[in-house]
Amino acid sequence: MSFSLKKDKHGVIVVGVDGQLIVGNRQELKQKVLDALEGGGRKFVIDFTKTGYIDSSGLGVLVSLSKKIREQGGDLRLCGLNEDLQTLFELTKLDTLFAIARTSEEALAAF
Amino acid sequence: MPLRLDVRRRATGGGFVTELSLDVPSDLEYVGPAVELIAEELPGGPLSARRIRFNLRTALAEALANAIAYGNRHDPARLVQVRVEVTHEAVHLHVTDEGDGFNPADVPDPTRPELLEREDGRGLFVLRGLVDQVAFNEKGNSVCLTLRAG
Repeated sequence: MSFSLKKDKHGVIVVGVDGQLIVGNRQELKQKVLDALEGGGRKFVIDFTKTGYIDSSGLGVLVSLSKKIREQGGDLRLCGLNEDLQTLFELTKLDTLFAIARTSEEALAAF
Repeated sequence: MPLRLDVRRRATGGGFVTELSLDVPSDLEYVGPAVELIAEELPGGPLSARRIRFNLRTALAEALANAIAYGNRHDPARLVQVRVEVTHEAVHLHVTDEGDGFNPADVPDPTRPELLEREDGRGLFVLRGLVDQVAFNEKGNSVCLTLRAG
C-alpha cells in the first residue's frame, strides 16, 4: 500500500491510493495531503481506482481532510470508487459530503 | 512479534468446519497484515471472492481496530484473539479483546446530520452494514460477525 501525489498543469493535486486505506496507514495519507495544503495546494483529487477497501478510520481521515481543505478555501474531490466502496459512502451518507466523480479525468474537469 | 496463524479442520455431523486462530498484539500496525493473513488463508467455499475482498476484509479490519484501540487501549501486554469458523453455510469471525467491554446501544448513529462531519464513531455502523449479523457477548468485549454464504 502506498500513496502518490502528482500535480497537474492546472495545479490540481491528484493523490493515488494504492492498496487499502485503513487505521494503519491513514496518518500517512493525512500528513501528505496536509503538507501539500501547507505548500499552497488548494485543489485535491483522491483517486481510489487501485483501492481494495477503506475502513471507518480511512473514511474519518477523508472527512477531516475535506474540512481542513475547505477551511483554506480549497476543494477535495474523490474518484475511482468501485461499486462496493460507492455503497460504503452511500451507507454512511458520506456521498452527501463529498463530490464523487467516476474517473480522475471527470474529477479534474469539474474544477 | 510475527503473526502466527493456526489452521485446523474437523469433521462435524454435517460436513467439515475449518477453524483459523490468530493472536494479534495491541498495535494498529498489525491490523492490515492480520487481515491479509486471514483473507489469504481462508478456504474457498461459502463466500464469493468479492465478499472476501471487500466485506470480510473491511469488517475484520474494523473489529480489530476497535478491539485494539477501545478494548485493549493499545496496551502492549494485551492481545486480541481472532477465531474464524468456516462452514458450508457461513463464515463466523470472533474477535475478543481483554478490555472491560462496552454497550453497543450507547453508540450514536453516525449518519445523524450533526455527527456526519465527525472523524470517528463510524466503526460499529460500518460493521453492521458489511456483514449479515453482529452479535456481542454480554460483557461487550467479544463480537461475532457472521457472513452467510453468497
